[in-house]
Amino acid sequence: MTGATYLNPGLPVPVAENDGLDKPYWDAARRGVLMVQRCGACGAWQWGPEWICHKCLSFDMRWTEVKGRGRIYSWERPWHPVHPALKDQGPYIVVLVELPEAGGVRMLGNLLGDPRQDVRIGAEVEAVFEPHDDAKPPYTLVQWRYV
Amino acid sequence: MTERSLRGKVAVVGVGETAYYKHGKSPDPEFVLALKAILAAAGDAGIDPRQIDGFASYSNDRNDPSRLAAALGLPELRFSNMQWGGGGGGGSGAMGNAAAAVATGMADCVVVFRALAQGQFQRFGAAAPGGVATGEAALNAPYGVMSPAQRYAMRAMRFLHENRIGDGAQRAIALASYHHAQLNPRAVMHGKPLTAAQYDASRWIVEPWRLFDCCMENDGAAALILMPAERALDLKQKPAYILGAAQGSEYRNAARGHNAPLYATSSFTTVAPRLYAMAGVGPKDVDVLQSYENFTGGVLMSLVEHGFFKAGEADEFLVKENLLAPSGKLPLNTSGGNLAECYMHGLELQIEAVRQLRGTSTAQVEDPEVSMVISGPMVTPVSSMIFGSRETL
Ligand SMILES: [Zn+2]
Repeated sequence: MTGATYLNPGLPVPVAENDGLDKPYWDAARRGVLMVQRCGACGAWQWGPEWICHKCLSFDMRWTEVKGRGRIYSWERPWHPVHPALKDQGPYIVVLVELPEAGGVRMLGNLLGDPRQDVRIGAEVEAVFEPHDDAKPPYTLVQWRYV
Repeated sequence: MTERSLRGKVAVVGVGETAYYKHGKSPDPEFVLALKAILAAAGDAGIDPRQIDGFASYSNDRNDPSRLAAALGLPELRFSNMQWGGGGGGGSGAMGNAAAAVATGMADCVVVFRALAQGQFQRFGAAAPGGVATGEAALNAPYGVMSPAQRYAMRAMRFLHENRIGDGAQRAIALASYHHAQLNPRAVMHGKPLTAAQYDASRWIVEPWRLFDCCMENDGAAALILMPAERALDLKQKPAYILGAAQGSEYRNAARGHNAPLYATSSFTTVAPRLYAMAGVGPKDVDVLQSYENFTGGVLMSLVEHGFFKAGEADEFLVKENLLAPSGKLPLNTSGGNLAECYMHGLELQIEAVRQLRGTSTAQVEDPEVSMVISGPMVTPVSSMIFGSRETL
């Protein structure tokens, strides 16, 4: 699987926070599993990672696997490269995806396929795992494609 | 009187600024720029700079108040304050913090300032090569979301989609700013008019924003001096009274990974009502408005959230003619603002708001009494404020 990535290699490498808060997410992504937080006390879904449930203030936040089906909530298409790794990239698409099965939490990612394609807010998408095995340390991104 | 309000208690008595330079082009180090702006503001007020006893700034300004106090030989430093949050969201917040100190007697003469020398330091809109990303950045940077424009374009995209707003609304904001900059010799874009066709032909930075939707980055410094209202009358300039200032953000605005429940906002839905409540005026009373433009889409949302029109009326309201001084419905960014005068992180907007009340703007509105500033849309916290003439007290 090493090689084909949506964006050129050389972008900042995601690493877990030094307090370990989001480590389970990044570890799960390496295994091809999508996880978000869910409160053990009240059942509220939460993303991004937090130490405490915003709804009932319990610290009992549990990492829960979700299937990774969602719909596009918003999007943007960057053209101007702001990082040296993106110099020869051309435009690319970033989508914000809402996950109805996980309380409507939103996840960011790239929309795979033609970077100049039309993007339809509300369209259904599914998660695709994109490993970066040659990065130091290696990591896996969650990307999105039209269903 | 136990009313907990700033209304009418504090006035801007002096404003000062350096020349504004393209980013990286300042001949002076940043600290020198800060000193020059502060001394210019003291000169404008007609006070001895040694009367200054406090400093307030925002956006992680690098010029330490104690060093400024030492450099200026101040007999006593009584107040120093930094508004939390990066970006321009703290401009009106810093003014409010300074005004609160003056109103409560913690200090008598506070300078609000911002200084930027990006050649000495670094730009905002570019990222360093390679590196690692943790926390919130780890959810953005690997997807190519790093600059402020990339960070916020998706909020605006959702807003434009929800309200079916066309291309002309954002364009009108850019055209009005450039129009006003042509009247303003201080403006970095003075002598560089912008037409609708040039706007439409300009390159995309990140859809839905073209080059002219995005603010400049500049070097320079700006400063305003705040004193108790009763002392302002003895000074050189016509005072600009602070009627209200508000800062903050909405419910879970900073939820990580773009999960703010009210995503398609500029973060002012709770701040704006508190601003008007303190100031004792409403949007219909505002004679002239300076609204921070990191990006035109943020201005659009800020105007809606501050009640100047409803989202569904954006296409109708946001036409160039409505935004021009002196006779538009809502003269906007009358010095050229962040897009075309200079980017002093929005503090130049405060100065322009004061100029309007003094009657000394280069795009002067006729006898304004209420002059308003909105700071830093889409970041958190954000802030906004309202100045009034003596007639409003
Ligand atoms: Zn809970």
